[in-house]
Amino acid sequence: MANAHDTHHDDSHGSVKSYMIGFVLSIILTAIPFALAMSPMLPKNLTVLVIVAMAVIQVVVHLVYFLHMDRSKQQRNNVSTFLFTVMVIALLVGLSLWIMFSIHIEMMAK
Amino acid sequence: MSSQVIHGDAHGHDHGHDDHHHDSGQMTVLGFWLYLMTDCILFASLFATYAVLSGSFAGGPSGHDIFQLDFVLVETAFLLLSSITFGFAMLKMFAGNKAGVLGWLAVTFLFGAGFIAMEIYEFHHLIGEGYGPQRSGFLSAFFALVGTHGLHVTAGLIWMAIMMFQINKHGITPTAKTRMSCLSLFWHFLDVVWICVFTVVYLLGVL
Repeated sequence: MANAHDTHHDDSHGSVKSYMIGFVLSIILTAIPFALAMSPMLPKNLTVLVIVAMAVIQVVVHLVYFLHMDRSKQQRNNVSTFLFTVMVIALLVGLSLWIMFSIHIEMMAK
Repeated sequence: MSSQVIHGDAHGHDHGHDDHHHDSGQMTVLGFWLYLMTDCILFASLFATYAVLSGSFAGGPSGHDIFQLDFVLVETAFLLLSSITFGFAMLKMFAGNKAGVLGWLAVTFLFGAGFIAMEIYEFHHLIGEGYGPQRSGFLSAFFALVGTHGLHVTAGLIWMAIMMFQINKHGITPTAKTRMSCLSLFWHFLDVVWICVFTVVYLLGVL
């Protein structure tokens, strides 16, 4: 029974290899933004863009290699609820910032 | 249901019981995932607050004055290492290797504890300098966001210690597997939140 349980799930457990791929990618995606922030060598706007892009990519790497998100049937509930949450977060953060910075600018103008 | 009951029943009884447990274990993990999604929204609110208040220095220090990136880099390394060692603990668990699970969990615990120790040191240092949460809106939002993450990691460490105790005493039971699956989600989730923290707060704060 225990074996059946294991094999049924095996594809969503990951392996040493998949964890190591995620780990190495994470190191690279952490080292680059830290290096750029600690010794700036690019124009500021570009630096911000690269740092944010690296963070987004690293989040995806963690989701795939550590949280084992994929298109399999077992992961469907997890992935769909996650996508819904991403939408809520985008609305929550995006609209809050829009409102607060609009207030800020309008108040300054007066 | 206790682990003894499951072990005792697994021999003679019908499969329905085991299947039921199997399903309920999966449902537990999904339910825990849903909790994590609500936790995402908690952190999103704190990030939005931080973004709004990140320029409200009130004559106090800015991120550029107080953040030390080499320190944060070590914290980040601890948390990332703890993520992969937890992954190894999960692999050992599915392989049925009890000693392996306990060993990797202990390593994970040490990395996590190192992270928390560094964070406590950082907070203590800032407050000692007079840069506590009451100094400015920026520092209030900083302590709220980073502190909430730290509290989560601390909760994860307590949970991990309990799991080590339970697995040591009862072995790798189906119940332990379900609990470890939830803790795995929790631990990796906290690493994902930390990526956002070090990017938004520390790296962009120093630029």
